[in-house]
Amino acid sequence: MAAFGFALGGGNWFSALVLGVTLLKCLLIPTYHSTDFEVHRNWLAITHSLPISQWYYEATSEWTLDYPPFFAWFEYALSHVARYFDEEMLNVHNLNYASSKTLLFQRFSVIFTDALFVYAVHECCKCIDATKAGKEVTEKPKFILSVLLLWNFGLLIVDHIHFQYNGFLFGLMLLSIARLFQKRHMEGAFLFAALLHFKHIYLYVAPAYGIYLLRSYCFTANKPDGSIQWNSFNFVRFISLGLIVFLVSALSLGPFLALNQLSQVFSRLFPFKRGLCHAYWAPNFWALYNALDKVLTVIGLKLKLLDPNKIPKASMTSGLVQQFQHTVLPSVTPLATLICTLVAILPSIFCLWFKPQGSRGFLRCLILCALSSFMFGWHVHEKAILLAVLPMSLLSVGKAGDASIFLILTTTGHYSLFPLLFTAPELPIKILLMLLFTIYSISSLKTLFRKEKPLFNWMETFYLLGLGPLEVFCEFVFPFTSWKLKYSFIPLLLTSVYCAVGITYAWFKLYVSVLTDPPVSKTKKQ
Amino acid sequence: MEKWYLMTTVVLIGLTVRWTVSLNSYSGAGKPPMFGDYEAQRHWQEITFNLPIKQWYFNSSDNNLLYWGLDYPPLTAYHSLLCAHVAKFINPDWIALHTSHGYESPAHKLFMRTTVFIADLLIYIPAVVVYCYCLKDMSTKKKIANILCILLYPGLILIDYGHFQNIYNSVSLGFALWGVLGVSYDWDLLGSLAFCLAINYKQMELYHSLPFFCFLLGKCFKKGLTGKGFVLLIKLACTVVASFIFCWLPFFTESEQTLQVLRRLFPVDRGLFEDKVANIWCSLSVFLKIKDILPRHIQIIISFCFTFLSLLPACIKLILQPSPKAFRFTLVTCALSFFLFSFHVHEKSILLVSFPVCLVLSEIPFMSTWFLLVSTFSMLPLLLKDELLMPSVVTTMAFFIACATSFSIFEKTSEEELQLKSFSISVRRYLPYFTFLPRIIQHLFLISIIIMVLLTLMTVTLDPPQKLPDLFSVLVCFVSCLKFLFFFIYFNIIIMWDSKNRRNQKKIN
Repeated sequence: MAAFGFALGGGNWFSALVLGVTLLKCLLIPTYHSTDFEVHRNWLAITHSLPISQWYYEATSEWTLDYPPFFAWFEYALSHVARYFDEEMLNVHNLNYASSKTLLFQRFSVIFTDALFVYAVHECCKCIDATKAGKEVTEKPKFILSVLLLWNFGLLIVDHIHFQYNGFLFGLMLLSIARLFQKRHMEGAFLFAALLHFKHIYLYVAPAYGIYLLRSYCFTANKPDGSIQWNSFNFVRFISLGLIVFLVSALSLGPFLALNQLSQVFSRLFPFKRGLCHAYWAPNFWALYNALDKVLTVIGLKLKLLDPNKIPKASMTSGLVQQFQHTVLPSVTPLATLICTLVAILPSIFCLWFKPQGSRGFLRCLILCALSSFMFGWHVHEKAILLAVLPMSLLSVGKAGDASIFLILTTTGHYSLFPLLFTAPELPIKILLMLLFTIYSISSLKTLFRKEKPLFNWMETFYLLGLGPLEVFCEFVFPFTSWKLKYSFIPLLLTSVYCAVGITYAWFKLYVSVLTDPPVSKTKKQ
Repeated sequence: MEKWYLMTTVVLIGLTVRWTVSLNSYSGAGKPPMFGDYEAQRHWQEITFNLPIKQWYFNSSDNNLLYWGLDYPPLTAYHSLLCAHVAKFINPDWIALHTSHGYESPAHKLFMRTTVFIADLLIYIPAVVVYCYCLKDMSTKKKIANILCILLYPGLILIDYGHFQNIYNSVSLGFALWGVLGVSYDWDLLGSLAFCLAINYKQMELYHSLPFFCFLLGKCFKKGLTGKGFVLLIKLACTVVASFIFCWLPFFTESEQTLQVLRRLFPVDRGLFEDKVANIWCSLSVFLKIKDILPRHIQIIISFCFTFLSLLPACIKLILQPSPKAFRFTLVTCALSFFLFSFHVHEKSILLVSFPVCLVLSEIPFMSTWFLLVSTFSMLPLLLKDELLMPSVVTTMAFFIACATSFSIFEKTSEEELQLKSFSISVRRYLPYFTFLPRIIQHLFLISIIIMVLLTLMTVTLDPPQKLPDLFSVLVCFVSCLKFLFFFIYFNIIIMWDSKNRRNQKKIN
C-alpha cells in the first residue's frame, strides 16, 4: 500500500495516467457493445470446442473466423480462462449469448491485454528526444505523447465500447516501431511479422517495413551524398531477417499447410465479395467519389440527361447498402482500388529508398502507407484510420508541421468514428470523450510549439470548428425534421463526406511535407 | 488564465465519470410495489404536474402520501414541476396521473439521468470551479488538481448518478457552495441568498446553517454592533426573510398549508435512525436497543442535547473569531455532529459532511482524503443493494489515485501539515514525550484502509450467518462510526487550537 502510494506520490505521472485510463475503461463496461462482441465470443467457442482442422470451416454462426491463425490461438488461450467465468459462452451453438459474466470476461480480457499497449507506449516515450523539455511535467513531450496514446479517443471507443481487441495489436505495432527506433531491428521485424499473423490489416504498412529494413539495415553504408552504396550489402543480416519472417509464418500457417487448408484460410481472410465501401462509408477517396456520383445523378435527373427508369433503385434510396452501383461515374473494381493504392504508396516508398532519413523517415513512410491504403483501399472500415492516427502521435510531438497535420487527421478521423456508437446513452460519452481528447491534444501541442507559427491557418480552423455544427445537425436537429424517414442516410453521408475532405487534406499535406523535406543528414551536418 | 485547457480537461473527466456511472442500475429498479428513490422523483413530477399547488403536500385520493409523498421543501417541488414539463413534451405517459406508477423504460432512465446531469452541470460544477479558482496561496496547477479531486469524490457521484437519490444532492450542495463562496469573499448578501435557496431545496442543509449563522453574526460583531455591523445584520435578516417568503409564497396563503408543509418536512414520528447508519445511535443499538427502551420524545430530547452540546464549542469560537478558514472547519464539525448525534439520520446524510471536507481538501489533504474514503465506505450496504459495486470500487480507486498524485498525501503527514502543531506543543507542556502523533495517525490510516478493504471483500464474497443476516452491514456502520468519532475529535482540535497557532507563527516572524 505504502509502496503503491509512494510510486504515485513521487511524481510518477505515467502510472497515474495508466491507472486513470484503466479505471475509465472499467467504467465503460456496462456500455453498448456491437456485434463484434458476438463475433469474438463465437471465436472463443470455435477455438475452444473444435479441433484445429475445423477452425476455418466452421460456419454455424454468420461470424466465421476471418483473422489469421495467431489470433485464433489467442482466442484459444483466452477460452481457457473463460471457462472459469461461464462455460456456456464456449458453446458454438449458443448464438448471441451474452450473460453478465460473459460480458465481464470479454471486457476484462480487452482491458488486461491492453497491458501490452501500455508497455509499448512506455517504450515509445523513451524514443523521442527530450531536448524540448519544458519545466513542468505536463508540458514535456513525453507526457503529452503518453496522454495522446494512452487516452486515445478512437482506441477507447472502438475497443472498450464497440468492442474489439485493437489495444494489444497496436501495442505490438508500436513496440516494433520503438524497437526499430532503438536499432533493435531483428526484434522489430519479429514483432511485426507476428503482428501480421494476428491481424492481416497491418499488411497496409508492410511495404514501409520491408523497404526500410532492406535499405537501412541490410545496406550498412551510404555514399556521402546519401545515395545507396551497393557493395555494402550485408548478406547475414538479410538472411536472418528472411529467416525470422519465414519462421513466424511457418509457425502460423504451417499447421494449415499440413492439413492442406491454406486456400480455405486465405479465402476467409480476404473476402472480396464485399462491396467497395462498408455500410457506412469510411471517409476516404471513394466516399467523395460516391458522393460526386450522387450529385451528378441528381443534376442529370434535373436536366433530364438521365432516364429515371434506368437508374438502379438502391443508389438513390439510401447510402446504407453494401453494393453501391454508380450511375454516372464508372463503377470501381477491386483491381482498380488495388492499383490506386499501389500508385498512392509508391512515392513514399521511393522516398524511403532514395532519401533515407533514419527511423523518423520510416515512421513517416509507414503513416503514408496506412493513410494511402485507407484512402483507396477496397471495403475499408472507418476504424482503420487508427492505423495512421496512433503512429502519427509519435511524430506530432517532434515538429510543429507534423503536429498540425496530426491534429487535423486525428480530429476528423475520430469524428468519423461517431456513427459507430449510435445509441442514445452513449451519445454523451462519445461527445465528452471526443471533447476531452480534442481539447487536450490541440491545446497541449499548441503549448508545446508556442514559439513557432500558429498550428492552423484560418481555413483549417474554420474546417475543424465546422465539426461542431455538423454534429449538432446530425444528432440533434435532423432526427426532429420531416426528412428523418425519407432521407435517413443524410447524416451518415454528410459525416462521411465532410470527414473525407479533412482526411484527404491531411494525407495530401503530409505527402507534400515528406516529399519536399530536405534530407536529415544534410541538416545535421550544418 | 493560461491553463484553461487543463481546467476544461479536468471538468470533462468529471462529467465523463458521472455519465458512465449513470449507465448502471438505480435504487428500486424493477422492485414493485414501492420501487425506490428513482420512482419517488418520478412520482413527484407526476404529482406536481397534475395537481394544483394546494394539494401537493396533502393526502388525497390522487395523492397518497404513503406512496412517496412529497416531503421536501418547495424548491424541490418546483424543480420537479419543471422536469415534468419537459417530460410531458417528450412522452406524456411518464407523468400520467395514477397510471404511470412504477413506470420504467430505458428512455425514461435516460431522461431522469439527464435531469441530474444538467442540474449538476449548471449549479454544482461551476461552483466547484469558481471555489477552487478563488483559493489563495496556490499554484494554478494545484488549483486544477483540487478541482479534479473534488469532482471525483465518489460518494456524491454514486448517490446522485448511481443510486439516484430522490433529491438532487448536487443542486442543494451546489447552492450551499455558492453560499460558502459568497460569505467567504464578503458578498454576504448573495451568499446568504444562495444558502437560503439551498435550505429551501433540501431541509437537510440545516446541518450547515449554524456555521453560516455564527460566521455572519461574528462578522457583524467584528464591525461593531452599533455601527456598520448592525446595518449588515438588518440587511442579512431582510435577505433571508425575503428569500424564504419568495420560495414559500404559494404556501403562505393559509396557515394550514404552511403547517402541513412543515409537518412533511420534519417527520418527528419517524424513528431515531433509518436502516443502518454510521452514527452513534445506530452503533449503540448494537449493545442497547435505545429505540425500544426509551419513549420517542425522550429520544428526541436526548439527541437534541447531544447535538447541541457537541457543536457548541466550535460555534462559539467561530462567533468570537470569524475567519473563512475557521468557517470551513466549523462547517465540517457541525455537519458531523448533526450526522453523529441528531434524530432520524439517513446514511446518505454523510454527503453533507463530505461536502465541507472537500472544501478543506487542499489544507489538510491527508486527513480529508481519508475521511472522504471512509464516508464512501460507510454507504457500502446501500450501494451493494443497488448493484453498484463495480462503479463504487472503480470511482473510489480513481479518487484515491487522483488525491494521492495531486497532493502527494503520503509525504504530508508531519504535525505541521496535519495542522496539529499547536495542539502537540500544548500537550508537550505536560507530556514532553508526545512526539509520536503523526506516526500514530499514519498507522491508523493504514489499519483503517486494510479494515475497509477486508470488510468490503467479506461483504461481497461471504454469506452472513443465518442468525445475523445484517452482520456485515452493522459491522460496516460500526467501524465507520468509530472513525467518524475520531475525525470529529480531530476537527474540533484543529478549530480550538487554530488561532494559537497563528499567534505562534507571528511570534516566530
